[in-house]
Amino acid sequence: MAAAASKPRRKNDPLWLQILMIGVSLAFVGVLLVLPLAVVFAEALSGGVSACFAALSKPAAWQAIKLTLLAAGISVPLNLVFGVVASWAIAKFEFRGKSVLISLIDLPFAVSPVISGLIYVLLFGLQGLLGKTLAAWNIEIIFAVPGVVLATLFVTFPFVARELIPLMQEQGDEEEQAAIALGASGWQTFWRITLPNIKWGLLYGVILCNARAMGEFGAVSVVAGHRGRTNTIPLYVELLYNEYNAPAAFTMASLLALLGLITLAAKTWLEWKIHPHTLTDGGPVATPLPPPANFEPTAAEVYSP
Amino acid sequence: MRFNFRQHSVLPGFGLTLGCTLLYLSLVVLVPLSLLFFRTATMPLVDFWRVVTEPRVLASYKLTFGASLIGALVNVAFGFIVAWTLVRYRFPGRQLLDALIDLPFALPTAVSGIALTAIFAKTGWLGRFLYPLGIESAFSQLGVTIALTFIGLPFVVRTLQPALEELDAEVEEAAASLGASRWQTFYRVILPTVLPAVLTGFALAFARALGEYGSVVFISGNKALQTEITSLLIITKLEQYDYAGATAIAAVMLVASFAILLGINTLQWWVGRARLKGV
Repeated sequence: MAAAASKPRRKNDPLWLQILMIGVSLAFVGVLLVLPLAVVFAEALSGGVSACFAALSKPAAWQAIKLTLLAAGISVPLNLVFGVVASWAIAKFEFRGKSVLISLIDLPFAVSPVISGLIYVLLFGLQGLLGKTLAAWNIEIIFAVPGVVLATLFVTFPFVARELIPLMQEQGDEEEQAAIALGASGWQTFWRITLPNIKWGLLYGVILCNARAMGEFGAVSVVAGHRGRTNTIPLYVELLYNEYNAPAAFTMASLLALLGLITLAAKTWLEWKIHPHTLTDGGPVATPLPPPANFEPTAAEVYSP
Repeated sequence: MRFNFRQHSVLPGFGLTLGCTLLYLSLVVLVPLSLLFFRTATMPLVDFWRVVTEPRVLASYKLTFGASLIGALVNVAFGFIVAWTLVRYRFPGRQLLDALIDLPFALPTAVSGIALTAIFAKTGWLGRFLYPLGIESAFSQLGVTIALTFIGLPFVVRTLQPALEELDAEVEEAAASLGASRWQTFYRVILPTVLPAVLTGFALAFARALGEYGSVVFISGNKALQTEITSLLIITKLEQYDYAGATAIAAVMLVASFAILLGINTLQWWVGRARLKGV
């Protein structure tokens, strides 16, 4: 509370107002956010634990889990490498058109999930630009695994980069310059200086990227079609639900809900790690710098030129 | 004279990293996305107009925009209360509440979709109380609005939190010492200061809701002309192999969301300039 004492203290709201506001907040968040989370687990367990295991051990369930892991396993590393490469170019150098480039990197966040899938159908679908060529070569992308991977790649594209760019800009390039001046190579500088500096931000971006990769529904649903051949976990949830197999659908959904909870916990922990002052309890909270990024556009900063 | 594209730096790797960035960006994002506009541009204008003004499509705009608007407004009201509570008050469970706000981002949309349906359907945890009152909370336009409210809340809260934290305590003290009542201080001093953040949060929640698919399709019931959102219509057209129709509607929605984001930008720029002038 030391920091608070030095500042002029604002008179706090009267107790009745505080209780009212806290009550309204808890009620609203409880009904709108906590209840849906609770219902997932309650419905999953409604048929008993053994029914859960039965639903999880079906071959189709395994197939869905494997495809989800594959899609995330490809798109997360690719976007991780891209994120590091892009933020090196953007944060360590001054060049024209930089803000345009940053806006372009963020573009996938402004495109709705269904449209993200649609653009790949327009490119690779049977009536698409490359459709005839691909058909001649017998290559299947849409309604097949590559389409799912591509759509996942698109929707998770900006996550790591948007996390790293502000972080690396804030850190500047003095340490790297010193390393180069002392004779280190570019790679050595990156591995020994830059990477240790950005590791928590990098992990943060990867965790958010992974959550979206495994949970994406709209875009993947468009490119996978509704034939049930290429199901990720979210698509399999939909399939089961539409077959009126609610307990199995909620069992699969609870896997994703668990992933979501782990993501939230990791995110909160990393925020504390990156900006220790934002989570102090007591006294007005210091402003985080840069503002902690969210899963989706906190586009306010990013889109502004 | 060389065109001075970048300032000199001793660090290596500029050409390589920028080149890779541009290549990957073009392959994954720019080329596929520009195809959407190319396809739309090569459509005869008459066809385009006919597709995007079909009665079924018009009804879906009305629902999507209307429900997104109501959802965003509800989120502004309650999001303000939640953000205020998180910033100003200290109470047990505050950090948990803070972490929970991001739940709509962390929970895959298909999961939120079936969960909300399970809660608000006729036999659901809340539906069983709402239906006897004549409130059809699922498979209705209200259901769509509930889902779009769910996904929009974090945008409003996360935009407002930093703005409320930045509020200068001295200004409030000054207002109070000059005789302003608590309500006047709020209305005349606090609200105008955080208004840009309120508008930004509103616009972000609205833009996100326009394109939302997963959390809505389960609770909406998808009755033609009544509870079909535009995203679903795009998928319906695609499943009928009507690529042109899907593309035209998608272009309309994409332009709408770009326009909103441009609006946010302009607002931010304008506020930034006004602040600079003020200092």
